[in-house]
Amino acid sequence: MSILNLFRRRGSAPLARERLQILLSHERSAGNQPDLLAILHEDILATIARQITVQRENVHVRIDRGATVSTLEIDVEIPHLIGTAPTPLARHSTTQTAGVGRHTVKMANFSHGLV
Amino acid sequence: MAKVLVVTSGKGGVGKTTSTAALGVALAQTGQKVAVVDFDVGLRNLDLVLGAERRVVFDLINVVQGVAKLSQALIRDKRVETLWLLPASQTRDKDALTEVGVGGVIREMRSKFDWVICDSPAGIERGATLAMRFADAAVIVTNPEVSSVRDSDRIIGLLDSKTEKAERGEHMEKHILITRYDAQRAQRGEMLNIEDILEILSIPLLGIIPESQEVLRASNVGSPVTLCNATSAPARAYLNAARRLNGDVVPMSIPTEHQRLFGRLFGRRAA
Repeated sequence: MSILNLFRRRGSAPLARERLQILLSHERSAGNQPDLLAILHEDILATIARQITVQRENVHVRIDRGATVSTLEIDVEIPHLIGTAPTPLARHSTTQTAGVGRHTVKMANFSHGLV
Repeated sequence: MAKVLVVTSGKGGVGKTTSTAALGVALAQTGQKVAVVDFDVGLRNLDLVLGAERRVVFDLINVVQGVAKLSQALIRDKRVETLWLLPASQTRDKDALTEVGVGGVIREMRSKFDWVICDSPAGIERGATLAMRFADAAVIVTNPEVSSVRDSDRIIGLLDSKTEKAERGEHMEKHILITRYDAQRAQRGEMLNIEDILEILSIPLLGIIPESQEVLRASNVGSPVTLCNATSAPARAYLNAARRLNGDVVPMSIPTEHQRLFGRLFGRRAA
């Protein structure tokens, strides 16, 4: 064990304190909305499905929680034909992996109050 | 009219039952009538910690369901004559506890005791929510450890929203009791210190119970630490906490064991 490790071991309490403060600030604000991510996923899916045919497993929603900024990342794999209404043809095209475009939307600077 | 106190934590194994027993004895020793109620249906242990495990005939669920009268189920302590225990059922399911039933039992107890101390089970399910449901005040038992502090925060949220008092729009009186505290490790930055915990949870401190071998010894012999070794460090910490519950102003300190010379010389290194 190096001397550096020894020092690191001595000071684990400040890290515990910092981790707790970040975690609890999130948990307190999310208190009444236990499954924000699942709700967001359904809403986003429904919004996209009004215009484009997408498959449920091709929509990924995740939240990265940071100390001051949290990131909401929406990752949607959609067919090339953007803007076409849901038709059997469009649905068919999603199965052709060669014709799939990948659009990622990142929204940063979310206040803690939201997540 | 009694004050109903819930001893809770969210996390298991932090010392709820030990603290309920120790505080119950300490309050009863002042001559006040104290009842300690075990809400941990199926996993009761307050009887064992109080050394009354062989005297249990009826339990909380029997009283809730009207099978037994409260007076039949209450077990009077043989050492402290103003202390009673209402045990939990060991065989029944926790779903046998109903809100109406528990409310009725607590109401009856209010008229007979000065203190009713409800020992909550771990978790946030039925037993735990009913243990806090009718409380006037709460003691949140917390270890200086991240998972315990997080769970305490969750419990504080429930105390402020799911209790009768909170639903009436009244302020729920809450106290934090820090157990298993090692002042030397905290000083070395190896353990969350008191200021960290209080800043994170932001509720007033009831007491600091130092980590001590006496606590295990007390449960081994079925005698709360405030009874079996009243001069030990954890006992003095519990006695001070009980005085604060009674409204006395007692300076906050972390009692230490009376170490032998060898311990004093080498205590730091051995810790």
